[in-house]
Amino acid sequence: MKFSEQWLRTWVNPTLDSVALSEQLSMAGLEVDGIEPVAEVFSGVVVGEVVKCWQHPDADKLQVTEVNLGTDEPTTIVCGAPNCRQGLKVAVATVGAVLPGDFKIKKAKLRGQPSHGMLCSNSELGLSDDHDGIIELPADAPVGMDYREYLDLNDVVLDVDLTPNRADCLGIRGIAREVGVLNRIEVTAPVIDAVAPTTDEQRAVVLDAPAACPRYLGRVVRNVNVQADSPLWLQERLRRSGIRSIDPVVDITNYVLLELGHPMHAFDNDKLQGAVHVRMAHADEKLTLLDGTEVVLQNDVLVIADEQKPLAMAGIFGGEGSGVTEATTNVFLESAFFSPDAIAGRARRFGLHTDASHRYERGVDPELQRTAMERATALLLEICGGEAGPIVEAKDDAALPQAAQVTLRSERLARVLGISIAADEVTEILQRLGFAVTTNAEGWQVSVPTFRFDISIEEDLIEEVARIYGYHRIQAAAPAAQLRMIPRQEAQLTATSFKRTLLDRGYQEAITYSFVDPKHQALLFDDTAALTLPFPISVEMSSMRVSLWPGLIGAVAHNQKRQQQSLAFCETGLRFLPDENAENGVVQQPMIAGVRAGKAAPEHWSDGERAVDFYDIKGDVEAILALTGAAHQFRFVADQHPALHPGQSAAIFRGEKRVGYVGAVHPQFEKKLGLNGRTFVFELELAAISARAVPQAQPVSKYPSIRRDLAIVVKDTIAAGEILAAIENIGVNNLVSLNLFDVYQGAGVTEGHRSLALSLILQNPERTLEDSEINTAVAAVVDMLTSEFGATLRE
Amino acid sequence: MALSDIVAAAQAAVAEATTPQQLDAVRVEYMGKKGQLTEQLKSLGKLSPEERPAAGQAINEAKQRVQELINARNNELKQAELAEKLAAERIDVSLPGRKAHVGGFHPVTKTIARIEAFFGDLGFRTVEGPEVEDDFHNFDALNIPANHPARADHDTFYFTPTTMLRTQTSGVQIRTMEQEQPPLRIISPGRVYRNDYDQTHTPMFHQVEGLMVDTDVSFTQLKGILEDFLVNFFEEELEVRFRPSYFPFTEPSAEVDVRRKDGKWLEVLGCGMVHPSVLQAVGIDSEKYTGFAFGMGVERLTMLRYGVNDLRAFFENDVRFLKQFN
Repeated sequence: MKFSEQWLRTWVNPTLDSVALSEQLSMAGLEVDGIEPVAEVFSGVVVGEVVKCWQHPDADKLQVTEVNLGTDEPTTIVCGAPNCRQGLKVAVATVGAVLPGDFKIKKAKLRGQPSHGMLCSNSELGLSDDHDGIIELPADAPVGMDYREYLDLNDVVLDVDLTPNRADCLGIRGIAREVGVLNRIEVTAPVIDAVAPTTDEQRAVVLDAPAACPRYLGRVVRNVNVQADSPLWLQERLRRSGIRSIDPVVDITNYVLLELGHPMHAFDNDKLQGAVHVRMAHADEKLTLLDGTEVVLQNDVLVIADEQKPLAMAGIFGGEGSGVTEATTNVFLESAFFSPDAIAGRARRFGLHTDASHRYERGVDPELQRTAMERATALLLEICGGEAGPIVEAKDDAALPQAAQVTLRSERLARVLGISIAADEVTEILQRLGFAVTTNAEGWQVSVPTFRFDISIEEDLIEEVARIYGYHRIQAAAPAAQLRMIPRQEAQLTATSFKRTLLDRGYQEAITYSFVDPKHQALLFDDTAALTLPFPISVEMSSMRVSLWPGLIGAVAHNQKRQQQSLAFCETGLRFLPDENAENGVVQQPMIAGVRAGKAAPEHWSDGERAVDFYDIKGDVEAILALTGAAHQFRFVADQHPALHPGQSAAIFRGEKRVGYVGAVHPQFEKKLGLNGRTFVFELELAAISARAVPQAQPVSKYPSIRRDLAIVVKDTIAAGEILAAIENIGVNNLVSLNLFDVYQGAGVTEGHRSLALSLILQNPERTLEDSEINTAVAAVVDMLTSEFGATLRE
Repeated sequence: MALSDIVAAAQAAVAEATTPQQLDAVRVEYMGKKGQLTEQLKSLGKLSPEERPAAGQAINEAKQRVQELINARNNELKQAELAEKLAAERIDVSLPGRKAHVGGFHPVTKTIARIEAFFGDLGFRTVEGPEVEDDFHNFDALNIPANHPARADHDTFYFTPTTMLRTQTSGVQIRTMEQEQPPLRIISPGRVYRNDYDQTHTPMFHQVEGLMVDTDVSFTQLKGILEDFLVNFFEEELEVRFRPSYFPFTEPSAEVDVRRKDGKWLEVLGCGMVHPSVLQAVGIDSEKYTGFAFGMGVERLTMLRYGVNDLRAFFENDVRFLKQFN
């Protein structure tokens, strides 16, 4: 709600300056977002009258004028505006004037003609973007008067960002009431008298949906002159609230909306047939709105109709066929109470949002309709003339909101706020707010006035009391509670513990958007359906991620474009897999993922450089899996993944369950994804790796361990992992450690084969191992490798 | 030769030895089987029994003396050898050390971790929840029924009329209260989504919301805990003010502003007493229990704490930006 401070001060005038008043409103919950001057800085502009006007002798488009500025002699000014004419009252920038943009007016000659000033347009004064010629002032504008004074431009616009509950302040009337309460001063509303009818003409009103519209007032006003100009004061007040002047009828309904917070509508009475019906729309009923668009209505949309056709979406938007036009002479004014439930959400459904719908869906005072009607009628007669008919009021008392009766218990007030406020002060606060209050043993019985339709429960009153009492007066206290420890499961690893390990290994944590480019995602996950946002920020941010890879790869590409080549990112977060059996149709699974590109380690003077490879990232994965204390439960199995290099990708299993993937991004996607070179990724399901074994200590053996090395030759198609697993699986006595320490292929080893060097470390907890036991154990391994894998011992 | 002359000659020979080998030759010359001092001992037999003890003692003292000289010289030679070896191993200690990349947490994560720590110390448990939500948990249960004007303010990313990306983490609080009765102390950090993208809005950002429900939770306590938090979070004695506001799920409601060194008030969080309708919707007796709730934007707090000017930097993941927080 934007409004002129001067306008507010005609209702209520506290001894506070603009800043202090704004601060006061903000601290009462009516947050003032801005204080803007109503006009830019300018000086030296006065009201003038063009007394003579003739064609410039040497310029087709210029005229030479003599302007009366209230001084002894008329002033000569050259003007280029087509609407410049003799007798016109206009704003004149005199010599020495300074216009917005620090534009100084000096004596000049235009095509040989002297010009001592400038006739101004609104845009030149920074009052609007209107370039349509110079300002035309009413004939009664006093010549010589300072233009700022004439338009009362030494004023500011207060922009109050109202919360949805305070619709009662969507008009000067409500704001003024609040200022009065806060300052304990009188509020002087303009006197609004009933307009006595001067014609009998009236139109019947029928409430077909009384729950949605329990009160509707209509009034015919005949013989209005819609060609009349809205007075400048009215136009200015509208302008300061950000509303353009359209025609006097629209201006008046807008004025009443701003002044009283009550929307109104005006119909061309001659276009209505028979009684006005306020009814629900028929299904698929069509209506062309004032802006020319046609809407197809549903039967939960309230309409104003006549006996033939719908005329308007009630409380939201007028219809084209029934609106006031330049040709209108007879007007039918509407002032109605529509139930918020009947309006809320409808405007948005049709992509509409109007000043009327904004108010009706939040609520208006159900007793204000007659006041608004009388106010609008009086203004209409004053500006456009005409004869008003009697007000026709249709209402359904049972359906009208009743004044709320709310109990406020002193015990509850003290308990919720945590302080005790003197009963007298509470009573006084409630009364100041306009509530009718009676006290009883428990506290207060409050009758809520109709203009505070937001108040219906005890908490509403507690908030009102706290707000007016002042939040700053409520002291702070430490919360008290029973001390209870938070369960901390040692057997549960957190995402943070995994991330910390990765960070220590050089990863930078990234946070990428949960919605990604569907093109990139489809490249990497061609067979995975993704959840799509119907109304995304952009197409590139429209597909919910099915993996953290698209975002992380995007982060790498973004950095590589900025000369950052060696990169390692990790991220934890949800992936979204559509599944109609899951809650809300989507499995939301916490994942941990990483990406690496560039060099394996920082360049150092003592070492050679090496590009990151599969075993670097596999080592990172193994490091975080080791946190489970059960690294042996995990297996890396060569596997195909659409996103990954077919020869450099592995599925990661825990037991029989696949829990993730690791590998090189498929080289054919590198360019399309903006990657510069080989990039490695991994991703694991967090839930599958979060269980950790709580350690059960074993005594450390006091006896020596024995190491035996084996070099075997096997076909190079046999996965080393299978060989290691097979050794673990045969259960060699006393084997405490198994390590593959060399892989060799080349001279001395048969083509298609490779040599693997293994170390076995054997140890017994209770005694020193005999040579014979060691030899038996090693022989068992060799026998198994020979029979299972066709291995030969390398000489 | 007199014994003293032999010792003097040995002393000179020891001093001249410059290698362990030479020194050993000296030892053999004097102390070996046929060494000069050994020969002296052999000659004892020629003496009378009365003379033998004194002469024997003198020879043994001479041997001991020479042995000491050899030992001392031996030590000197070893020290010199070690010094030479160490000198050869000298390196340039000013050359750069061998680096490993070490990364760090994203600043948003850092802030969430700090918030979790402050509230965790007071017994607030961290709970998380789904990001694709239904309208019950994101709106209805929070006293924002269909068609409520507050829904329009949320710029919600809908999937269907009843499912959406959560616009606030409050749904997690609802899910917790559905499962547990008071006393409750929880905070719920996480990603939230609004369909808005400009200089000061990103379509995804992070919130931490907090909730405490117990028999006598009051507005004074809400003020207390948030003032405590803000002073600790910013580590400065800043002014904090509570300004009346409106949220459908709390009443009374407040927005909280802090005044920093430049004198300007900045809104940092929203809060209030849990609306009785919210408690009732999850089956908590709103007569027996009261509660407070608060919510804060993590990016905003992070920007203020670390002087970040551009919100969008948080999601561009430029390493040059991120590394500043390592």
